[in-house]
Amino acid sequence: MKSVVNDFSIHVATVNGSGSQTANNVLLRSIMQMGVPVSGKNLFPSNIAGLPTWFTIRVNEDGYIARHARNDVLVVMNPETAATDVASMGPGSLIIANDAIKFPDVPADRTVYRVPMAKLMEPITNDVKLRRLVVNMIYVGIAGQLLGIEQAEVEKALHAQLGKKPKALALNAAAVKAGYDFAAENPLAIPFRVERRDLTGGKILIDGNTAAALGSMFAGVTVVAWYPITPSSSLIEALIGYLERYRRDEKTGKATFAVVQAEDEIAAIGNVLGANWAGARAMTATSGPGISLMAEFFGYGYYAEIPAVVWDIQRVGPSTGLPTRTMQGDLSFAWGLSHGDTSFPVLLPGSVTECFEFAGTAFDLAERLQSPLLVLSDLDIGMNNWMSEPFEYPTKPWDRGKVLDEAALEKIGQFQRYGDVDGDGIPWRTLPGNRNWKGTYFTRGSGHDELARYTENTEAYVRGMDRLKKKMENARALMPQPELLETPGADVGLIAYGSSHWAVLEARDLLAKQGVKASYLRVRALPLAHSVHEFARKYARVYVVEQNRDGQLREKLLTEVPDAAARVQSVLHYDGLPIDAQSVVDGVLAHEGRTVTEGATR
Amino acid sequence: MSAPTTPPAGQPVNRVGLSRADYDGSKTTLCPGCGHNAITGGIIQAAWEAGLEPHKVAKLSGIGCSSKTPAYFLGHSHGFNSVHGRMPSIATGVSMANRELLLLGVSGDGDTASIGIGQFMHMIRRNVPAIYIVENNGVYGLTKGQFSATADLGSTRKSGEANRLMPVDLCALAIELGCGFVARSFSGDQKQLRPLLKAAFAHKGTAIIDVISPCVTFADHEGSTKSYAAVKEHDAPLHDIDYVPYFEDLSVDYEPGTTREVDMPDGSRIFLKKLDTDYDPTDLKKAWAVIHEAREEQKLITGLLYVNPKTHTFHDELRMVDAPLATLPLEQVRPPQRVLEEVMRSFAEGSAPIGAGGG
Ligand SMILES: Cc1ncc(C[n+]2csc(CCOP(=O)(O)OP(=O)(O)O)c2C)c(N)n1
Ligand code: SF4
Ligand SMILES: [Mg+2]
Repeated sequence: MKSVVNDFSIHVATVNGSGSQTANNVLLRSIMQMGVPVSGKNLFPSNIAGLPTWFTIRVNEDGYIARHARNDVLVVMNPETAATDVASMGPGSLIIANDAIKFPDVPADRTVYRVPMAKLMEPITNDVKLRRLVVNMIYVGIAGQLLGIEQAEVEKALHAQLGKKPKALALNAAAVKAGYDFAAENPLAIPFRVERRDLTGGKILIDGNTAAALGSMFAGVTVVAWYPITPSSSLIEALIGYLERYRRDEKTGKATFAVVQAEDEIAAIGNVLGANWAGARAMTATSGPGISLMAEFFGYGYYAEIPAVVWDIQRVGPSTGLPTRTMQGDLSFAWGLSHGDTSFPVLLPGSVTECFEFAGTAFDLAERLQSPLLVLSDLDIGMNNWMSEPFEYPTKPWDRGKVLDEAALEKIGQFQRYGDVDGDGIPWRTLPGNRNWKGTYFTRGSGHDELARYTENTEAYVRGMDRLKKKMENARALMPQPELLETPGADVGLIAYGSSHWAVLEARDLLAKQGVKASYLRVRALPLAHSVHEFARKYARVYVVEQNRDGQLREKLLTEVPDAAARVQSVLHYDGLPIDAQSVVDGVLAHEGRTVTEGATR
Repeated sequence: MSAPTTPPAGQPVNRVGLSRADYDGSKTTLCPGCGHNAITGGIIQAAWEAGLEPHKVAKLSGIGCSSKTPAYFLGHSHGFNSVHGRMPSIATGVSMANRELLLLGVSGDGDTASIGIGQFMHMIRRNVPAIYIVENNGVYGLTKGQFSATADLGSTRKSGEANRLMPVDLCALAIELGCGFVARSFSGDQKQLRPLLKAAFAHKGTAIIDVISPCVTFADHEGSTKSYAAVKEHDAPLHDIDYVPYFEDLSVDYEPGTTREVDMPDGSRIFLKKLDTDYDPTDLKKAWAVIHEAREEQKLITGLLYVNPKTHTFHDELRMVDAPLATLPLEQVRPPQRVLEEVMRSFAEGSAPIGAGGG
């Protein structure tokens, strides 16, 4: 048997709300603690308890952490989905099953390992409810023993998570041990092995929403408004947790922040615009349905030039769509949100680290550009667990943009709220509370001139709109620039953004093995940097990889470089699952007119 | 020009040294005779008399003829003419960012009772410190006279068409939601409106003033229950109102039993002089009863319907530091490096909760 070391995927099929999350995280962490890179993806239904849920752990010592299309080890804990779960496993795979669960026989080249979980639980506790929760730890122990995960690491990971609850810790530890013991007494030769490496030292495991929450706190957010919606709620809930802990004075009970749970997303963006107008750093987080509701206020913020930071943790649309699945479907809408001629700066974080960093960048740019700004994350980055270097403490001071205070007003002649005094399209603003009457102005979404006076004058309108266009044109250089990975001699160019990054990185290596040399450019913001235009023109064939049906970034790119239209194609993935490398390879090879030589099998 | 320290000679000044003209705004563009213009005049006068400092006021509105008016008063205060029906959310945001500002909101009955009724209600629930004036004419003036949700049963449009839908009573709704300052007035009764406005400036939470304000162009005909003639005929004030601000150390002599006094938290006092009956505006049940009676008898009761100066406000709930959040320096809002290190350690060890999904 050819052994497969540190390169396989474990797929755990359980029931939502059954307590499997702790078990899966312990499994994930214990492998990471052995120095082997991992990633964990939670595939869960739009349901609180009772429906099927899956958790996939990818173990890969080369550091590829995108989802893998093929699963090697399956853990069967859900009778309802057992038959289809088992049927999805390929030759050579291992199926660990609770022996109480019945499913049809599998071909002989799959190995089934049945575990009498109920019996193993008997000596651990009499409490039926507890048994149901703790039984998940049995599969952790079984998998641990069969795959060679050191028991001490599992115990350490368990302790880290449950150390504060000694009773729960003891029960769970007993179940882990029962699993290990059973598998030791009933050994099975399988190819999949975890072997100790030194590739994860000092790394953290975190989800993007938590990273964004931390980044926002360290960026000095003071006002937060929100309306709950998956998959964005955990961002705000994490943020509230950190703010309460670190930004409320223990002695006085007073906070350097304010949070409001708004009545809907229209109110949430209204709160954020009001607070930013008054000089606070204010943000909200939502998902597709929320930004649909915010459209009118976005146009207001564009035209009246008010900063706002809005995180859109994208999920599958249109409409309610698949609320707990991932997608990059909001790019086109975000760019032109609202009626009339508008366009908005958009940040496209591709990692948890960027979720942390862009939280600060978002405030700096929204205030610098005096515009609502969107950060398009997605469910995959936002809610899944990603390995990362620890985040670096921000050393840069914040950029509060062009604000004239009382002293500054004293030194100027006339205050022109909407005048292009610096020639960069960005005007100066003042904040309410300013004592200097020279700085007073009236903010409105109706026609206004340079002095913020109401006007329907056609020339003043055109001047204003042209300046706004110029402002966004200049924003190309202010936004985070693309990340470029060039390959000497490449004649294929790959373009991607956001969570697609990890699959594309891996796909690029796989393509190289197939003899396709590809350079790669990762877009990190809209408006597009000029270097994206150059990249699209440079390569004979360019593939824009994205997780939506319509190729939204490609479409945007081609409106800016129409001359490249014939050479720029889409490679798309939009079934709601996180994109995987093989689908990118397949898509590129199909365009290249090459047959796919190696599919999703090993 | 900074705030003038010496006012033009001969003009009276208020306690902050400003003349009445310092509270003017730009020229109105509304129809001559529009009730909203009279309310604008009332706001200017009340703000001057109360000695509001213009830089400490933020004017807010939605969309409509009424919502245009903040441009016509307090020209030295920042203003935010927002989108239709959404002024309360702007007010809530401004209030979080800068707790020192006095928020002066103006809306219409369309802006408030239809598109904006959700935000209106939630602002009251939260008790956001703000004055919310509804300039109520029973129609959508700016879109040319359609019925609004405050049009009375049987009231007609110019075309003769009668309203058959129940009106929304914004004052009853506000009281129901726990609002601590609810008044109804009439744009033509400045004697009543001004003291109500000044009292509202001193209120700590949300103050609602529903001001019947005839639309001369679309709702001043016979058959409209909000025409000047109809309002004058049915107006039934609950009391005569006097307002004595805290900075006027006035001893007021009223014959015992004729007047009620309400003390505001800042030391100001509201005096309510009894008319036909002795109305107690601190009695919630009375307020409901009087509103329902008025509807049955087709009377327009005006005055201070309900007051509770000691409500739990949005600011009480948020427990923010004293300085406006908008003014906090970076050092105060960016926790030190050791905090990030502590958090990062928890994610390296696995003691932080991870993965927010189901399972
Ligand atoms: C989203 C939206 N829908 C519709 C309108 C059109 N509109 C402008 S003002 C108005 C009604 C205003 O009525 P009211 O608040 O009573 O103000 P009034 O003009 O009577 O003072 C409407 C429907 C709009 N501006 N925005
Ligand atoms: S249309 Fe009516 S509400 Fe509007 S300005 Fe004219 S009178 Fe006033
Ligand atoms: Mg109206």
